[in-house]
Amino acid sequence: MNPIAEYLVAALLLLGGAFTLVGAIGLARLPDFFTRLHGPTKATTLGVGAIMLSSVLYFSCRGEGIGISEVLITVFLFMTAPVSANLLAKAAMHIGVATMDGTEGNPWEQ
Amino acid sequence: MLDRLSFPQPWLSLILFITWQLLSDGISGGSLVLGFVLAWAIPQITQGFWPERPSFLNVWRMPRYLLRVIRDIVTASFQVAALILSGRRPRPRFVCYPLELEHPLAISILASTISLTPGTVSADVSDDQRTLLIHALDADSDQQVIDTIRERYEQPLLEMFPC
Amino acid sequence: MLTFALYLTIAMVTLAALLNVYRLIKGPDAPDRVLALDTLYINAIALIILLGITLGTRMYLESALLIAVMGFVGTVAMAKYLKRGSVIE
Repeated sequence: MNPIAEYLVAALLLLGGAFTLVGAIGLARLPDFFTRLHGPTKATTLGVGAIMLSSVLYFSCRGEGIGISEVLITVFLFMTAPVSANLLAKAAMHIGVATMDGTEGNPWEQ
Repeated sequence: MLDRLSFPQPWLSLILFITWQLLSDGISGGSLVLGFVLAWAIPQITQGFWPERPSFLNVWRMPRYLLRVIRDIVTASFQVAALILSGRRPRPRFVCYPLELEHPLAISILASTISLTPGTVSADVSDDQRTLLIHALDADSDQQVIDTIRERYEQPLLEMFPC
Repeated sequence: MLTFALYLTIAMVTLAALLNVYRLIKGPDAPDRVLALDTLYINAIALIILLGITLGTRMYLESALLIAVMGFVGTVAMAKYLKRGSVIE
């Protein structure tokens, strides 16, 4: 495996791991539910996307074909993350989860 | 019986067929046949959920939109990561976004885009499909959020779905 | 080099999963717990991919795909249960 590809795979892996960790930190320490929703939908999804990309690169450099499954998983995750975030936000508004102090505007319930 | 032998959702059928070829790990005779059967059967079974035929006209604008969205996802994630790691209190707000789009598919694409990009999550659509409720993680004013979304995402979608 | 990066990434994702478990236990509301579970399954996918790279095999990708599909269905079912009180009406 040539060194440039190796560095690229390592960089992508570390980037993905860092984003996943940042998403989890956000989930653990942001003050209310609606702000916590932001960490997983963006950071974690992108982190897993970067890890998938490094896997594709790694296996294609070893000459085991291009990873179609990884691409499918990534596309699927990017399509489903907004949907589950939206459904969870709706459920939280229905239950009436408390918002943090200083939130402008109100969630509406219909 | 004969009217059952059609593809009421050609795009859905095409996507199902291609996805099945990708899933089955290499194209073979069997996967072609089964993919064809699935591409026919699933739109027929789920026809009740698709009330109107799709009017997706300007498909060739899609790649440019996708590229912009992917770039924004990356920059958005860096912004959110910086905010989380800096440890200061975010300034969240709920924003009511007046929609110009009317097509349901276009609205759901816009909502998904909003959820994946800079500090915003779309929370709900009003019953008359005129307003979108957005939760912004860190924003100065309502107008700023609305202007960004209108300019970057809704205008390209309006061109893609002419009413 | 690559091995070091791989192990460091595995450590980071495991730490992320632990933070998710903290949120899952602490709550305080039901949507928080569902959100923690949602993030946890995405982290599980990442760990499976990393395991596949470590062992140099692509066999585990199928299971990652299954977890992605099933996790999404589970999140949707739980969100719908929280909103409506039942999953299938």
